[in-house]
Amino acid sequence: MTLQSPAEGNLVIEGLHKTYSTQGREIAALKDINLSIGKGEFVSIVGSSGCGKSTLLRIIAGLDNGYEGAVRLDGARISRPGLDRGMVFQEHRLLPWLTVEQNVAFGLNSNGLEAKSRIVREHIDLVGLNGFATAYPHQLSGGMAQRVAIARALVNRPQILLLDEPFGALDALTRIQMQQEILRLWEMELTTMILVTHDIDEAIFLGDRVAVMSNRPGAIKKVVPVVLSRPRDRTSYEFVRIRKEIFTEFFAEAEKPFAYAI
Amino acid sequence: MSTLELGAARAVAMSPPGPRKRILPGPAVQYVALPLTLLILWEVLCVAGFIKPVLLPAPTQVLQTFWELLRSGELLKHVGASMIRVLEGSALAALLGIGLGIGIGLSRTVARVMDLVIQVLKPIPPIAWIPMAILWFGIGEMSKVYLIFLGAFFPILINVVDGIRQTDNKFIEVARLLEVPRGKFIRQVVIPGAFPAIMTGIRVGVGVAWMCVVAAELIAASSGIGYLIMDARQLSQPDAVLVGMITIGVIGKLMDNLIQRLEEKLIRWKVAYGGE
Repeated sequence: MTLQSPAEGNLVIEGLHKTYSTQGREIAALKDINLSIGKGEFVSIVGSSGCGKSTLLRIIAGLDNGYEGAVRLDGARISRPGLDRGMVFQEHRLLPWLTVEQNVAFGLNSNGLEAKSRIVREHIDLVGLNGFATAYPHQLSGGMAQRVAIARALVNRPQILLLDEPFGALDALTRIQMQQEILRLWEMELTTMILVTHDIDEAIFLGDRVAVMSNRPGAIKKVVPVVLSRPRDRTSYEFVRIRKEIFTEFFAEAEKPFAYAI
Repeated sequence: MSTLELGAARAVAMSPPGPRKRILPGPAVQYVALPLTLLILWEVLCVAGFIKPVLLPAPTQVLQTFWELLRSGELLKHVGASMIRVLEGSALAALLGIGLGIGIGLSRTVARVMDLVIQVLKPIPPIAWIPMAILWFGIGEMSKVYLIFLGAFFPILINVVDGIRQTDNKFIEVARLLEVPRGKFIRQVVIPGAFPAIMTGIRVGVGVAWMCVVAAELIAASSGIGYLIMDARQLSQPDAVLVGMITIGVIGKLMDNLIQRLEEKLIRWKVAYGGE
């Protein structure tokens, strides 16, 4: 497994605004987002539900392109999806009528048959699912299905992997297992990771930096660097300190909840 | 066309375990209780003289006629003739319905071009087509197959289009992210996703086709269940008419079950809800 392209993979977001219009009213979803993410970096974006963090990820993925400002990957404006970006959603989104190997192969379009089955096998091994190649999604547990989804997102060796609350639907123990798993993959594949989550603990455990988003309109309030060596100890003093720091960002909002209620 | 009976059987299997007062008899009894009661009531009313045999012969009389027709081989001959027509008509309807349905489902242009013609042709009952069918295809097999085809075609077409239109947006996004080419997208996402709807269309279509058999066999037929019924009517044999009717009903149910079994075999990934 070698790196396919020597491209930079630098993501730059400048002055990003996104508005939705519902029932004739303009609603700001994202307001003045500025964020630069370098190659190989792991950035967590944490915020409460509905703060626009998923919208931000969808814009980077190219699924949402009606935005103002600049979102550039290596200087090129992002306006549509591309193989340089992979994405994993909260739901695994595996095709229920395809087996694990067929689902992983779903994203491989231009390779020869032999190369294809090799890549598929490698990626099934990579996420620790050998032996399950011919299983159907409904035969898998939630964690296993999400591993397949990750394998599918990685087959084209994207520069950036976008993770949209990928472990949100898993039980607490499986979630911790999957967090370690994603770290292992990150260290092996050197892929830039952008993780959106509402789990502060998860954001700190995984990220080099944690971007804290505020609600309505979604804006980045603060970027907290996590200068801790991995594997991280969730109970260490520094970890707890960072968690407290991020917590306070949300407490400040919680003290005046009516200002944010619609 | 619905498979209430299968659904009900499944619903019983699905009822939650745990303490629940068992006041109802078992599922097998529930299943046959109503038809048996109706039959007994019917027989009693006939024997007691409340119903004239010329209007409605007793079940035992119908059963006797059924046995005679079965033993003489006449019933099987007619059933066979009708079956072949239904299979031919349905197969043709499935072929064209699925083909055109996929085209309409995938392309807005095809949908726009076809829409008005389909909307106007759809409400015309197959029976109204009989004169034209005779004019075009004569009184041979072709005109009967054509009527049955008409009956099966629209349910299949509409279900196929619906199934394709309901392709899950989540899968569309995944395909966009992975830059899946259109052909592969149609083969691996759209068609399999529409498959349950296509099977439903075939089930409904075959059911309607079977219902059209009598109408189709009004056209100078000399065989088929429809012919059996019309012939018995002319000879004033209501018992034979009833044998024909009940045969249609029973075979219709069996075909429906068969297609549903086939569907369950083919769609292993789908976990359907059976109802309470």
